[in-house]
Amino acid sequence: MTAVISERPDVRPVPDPDDPTAHLTAEDIENIGKELDALREEIIASRGERDAAYIRRVIEAQRKLELGSRGVLLFSLFPPAWLLGTAGLSVAKILENMEIGHNIMHGQWDWMRDPKIHSTAWEWDNVSPSAQWKHSHNQIHHTYTNVIGKDNDLGYGIMRVSPDQRWYPFYLGQPLWNFVNACFFEFGIAAYDLELGKNLQRGRRDDPDFRRRAQQVLRKIRRQATKDYVVHPLLSGPSALHTLSANFTANLVRNLWTHSVIMCGHFPYGVDTFERSSIKGETRGQWYLRQMLGSANISGSPFMHLMTGNLSHQIEHHLFPDLPSNRYAEIAPKVRDLFERYQLNYVTGPLPKQVASAWRKIFLLSLPNDAAERVERAIDGFGPAKLLRGLARRVRLV
Amino acid sequence: MAVVAAPWRGAFASLRARAARIAEYVTTPVVPSDYLDMISPLRASADLRGRIEEVRPETPDAATLVIRPGDGWRGHVPGQYIRVGVDVDGVRQWRAYSLTSRTDRRDGRISVTVKAIPDGVVSNHLVRRVQPGTLIHLDQAKGDFTLPAPRPRKALFVTAGSGITPVMGMLRNAVDELADVVVLHSAPQARDVIFGGELRRFAERGQLRLVERHTDVEGMLDLAELDEIVADWTERETWACGPTGLLDAAEKQWADAGVPDRLHTERFRPTVVVTGEGGQVTFSKTDTTVDADGSTPLLDTGERAGVLMPSGCRMGICFGCVAPLRTGAVRDLRNGQITTAEPGDDVRIQTCVSAAAGTCDIDL
Ligand SMILES: Cc1cc2nc3c(=O)[nH]c(=O)nc-3n(C[C@H](O)[C@H](O)[C@H](O)COP(=O)(O)OP(=O)(O)OC[C@H]3O[C@@H](n4cnc5c(N)ncnc54)[C@H](O)[C@@H]3O)c2cc1C
Ligand code: FES
Repeated sequence: MTAVISERPDVRPVPDPDDPTAHLTAEDIENIGKELDALREEIIASRGERDAAYIRRVIEAQRKLELGSRGVLLFSLFPPAWLLGTAGLSVAKILENMEIGHNIMHGQWDWMRDPKIHSTAWEWDNVSPSAQWKHSHNQIHHTYTNVIGKDNDLGYGIMRVSPDQRWYPFYLGQPLWNFVNACFFEFGIAAYDLELGKNLQRGRRDDPDFRRRAQQVLRKIRRQATKDYVVHPLLSGPSALHTLSANFTANLVRNLWTHSVIMCGHFPYGVDTFERSSIKGETRGQWYLRQMLGSANISGSPFMHLMTGNLSHQIEHHLFPDLPSNRYAEIAPKVRDLFERYQLNYVTGPLPKQVASAWRKIFLLSLPNDAAERVERAIDGFGPAKLLRGLARRVRLV
Repeated sequence: MAVVAAPWRGAFASLRARAARIAEYVTTPVVPSDYLDMISPLRASADLRGRIEEVRPETPDAATLVIRPGDGWRGHVPGQYIRVGVDVDGVRQWRAYSLTSRTDRRDGRISVTVKAIPDGVVSNHLVRRVQPGTLIHLDQAKGDFTLPAPRPRKALFVTAGSGITPVMGMLRNAVDELADVVVLHSAPQARDVIFGGELRRFAERGQLRLVERHTDVEGMLDLAELDEIVADWTERETWACGPTGLLDAAEKQWADAGVPDRLHTERFRPTVVVTGEGGQVTFSKTDTTVDADGSTPLLDTGERAGVLMPSGCRMGICFGCVAPLRTGAVRDLRNGQITTAEPGDDVRIQTCVSAAAGTCDIDL
């Protein structure tokens, strides 16, 4: 089922139909790494004024949109104002979290040396304090992408998203867990940045480091909630309750949207997961290969890319997490060409298709593997069991 | 009256403080000033900025920038310099420039004059590319290369190239307060003399004696010639600004003549460089570790590694680059002095003139 890529480039491993890297030699993998390094250098060398102007423009537009929408919501008693303000605020919050916050905190704009637009200074409109998010996201998720047992983003610790994860009855409820997580996604993020599940177990709760971080989260939650659910409603006077519901809705929309986009990044069919042992002594080329196979894109218009914070170019983002997001679109065709030349599967599709694909996985994997297979057969007829075949391709790169 | 007014004032202040707190709750996670900056970047409470309103060519490779400073600008003493932060190719760069404007301009604007040096990142941008309307970042004026009060009876200014800038700042403001002035200025040719026309007019009007040295024709100035050019130079309070070679020679000459205190110098670049072994440098806030040699300033090391390094003159005078050294050892490149820090010390060091002298950890 899995193949071992030989450390001796002259010895081809026995091809394994379930291992998507079986046809690559160690030399191929290192060449992929070299090509991607060169592409990276090319972008870094051409970073400049145009890119700086781009992020400043997005930040300014986002602030104007947020200010304008909140202004309109002062009159949210009137239904058209409520609708317009809520829509505007939802978009503003999405932009802030994705194209602006996520990418700045990745250090994509650190090269500008602007102390305001810098990964060490940015705080985002989200209940997870940026410092904690940066640790769990940049250091854990981006380093251990799709490595079972290492990458907490894989199912966020509450779901089974690979048949290689052991099944427990708890997972029967995972479609519900996932839906609840989607609605309150910002709290979900804060909880797993805190590793709440692990840390709430007896003995860990009193760990001073955990307590300090938990307090930071509570402080951030208080500030965020005071803004959206106290101060702005009060400023709206007679429209207070309507503004409150508008802000709640905007947060909900932002949560559902970001959750959907992020699910599309690693959960859809065709994305590979990796064994814990497969990353020991990983070379740069192997690391790149894991990012290539462990991510999926979303196709769509430039506006769609903007609204996903260019996480629609998840593959390119995972290859080069710190390159400016506005350049991913330009890199994408070159990356895709590389996939094709090395006969690798570039997973991409429109948003509804990718979201459906991820949800389907979540429903099916709430069941034990054999039951899931039976259900899938019942839906798809007697074709090959896509789910289990597709998913069980645990790639071993070393 | 005062007794009655005081409680009002107190109440007003606390009201304002409360309003500010509420405003922060309105805009969190950003601060209200982030929004105000979009509308009014030059207001008094903002970080000091300026708007370039005019770019005036002076010579083929020098230009004067006329800048409207933000309302927080506190003015300057002629001869002082400002730190200027400007985005070149999207990257924020900080450099120091001497102020050349009169301090009593009615329009409140200030000016600096920049000479483009070969391959100079900021100077070429400012001289050749920057457009009027551009917002730049500023810092309050600094420096003690200034005229004393009362003014000296006899003054001498020895300058070369862009070194005329702080001197022009002094002359424009105080030439009439100086009874006896000699300006000895070097430039390759007549057309390269920054402020040439204005200096010559000063001379024509008898406000000063101007000695122009066109080095392409007459060769470099040798300070041994000083006795011929300005016979009474030892009696004159002297301000010198120019390349390192000129200033080093001047310091020696004035010391040898027994009048080192008469000489005031302004350096645009750091002097003697002492180097040694380098080491591993950690920038702890950014969580970055790099190997550094013993001759590269930590400022350059950090910038290359993508760390947000504050900076200014890049030569050890403005203290715009100071950062806490948490642990380890650094060497001052000007004199070789070693500074060490133990955990908790947080010794503040100037990164632009310090290099690693072993493993060290900077709080940036
Ligand atoms: C207190 C102070 C006041 C100053 N006032 C003025 C002023 O009024 N007008 C003005 O034009 N400049 C002034 N300078 C110099 C200015 O700050 C910059 O150093 C200069 O403009 C070069 O910057 P750059 O980015 O163009 O060059 P960089 O890109 O930093 O340097 C490019 C190359 O030139 C070398 N280099 C750097 N500075 C100089 C220099 N001054 N002369 C020759 N070679 C150099 C560097 O070592 C490097 O190899 C002042 C400096 C100080 C410290
Ligand atoms: S940058 Fe001015 S002292 Fe270091």
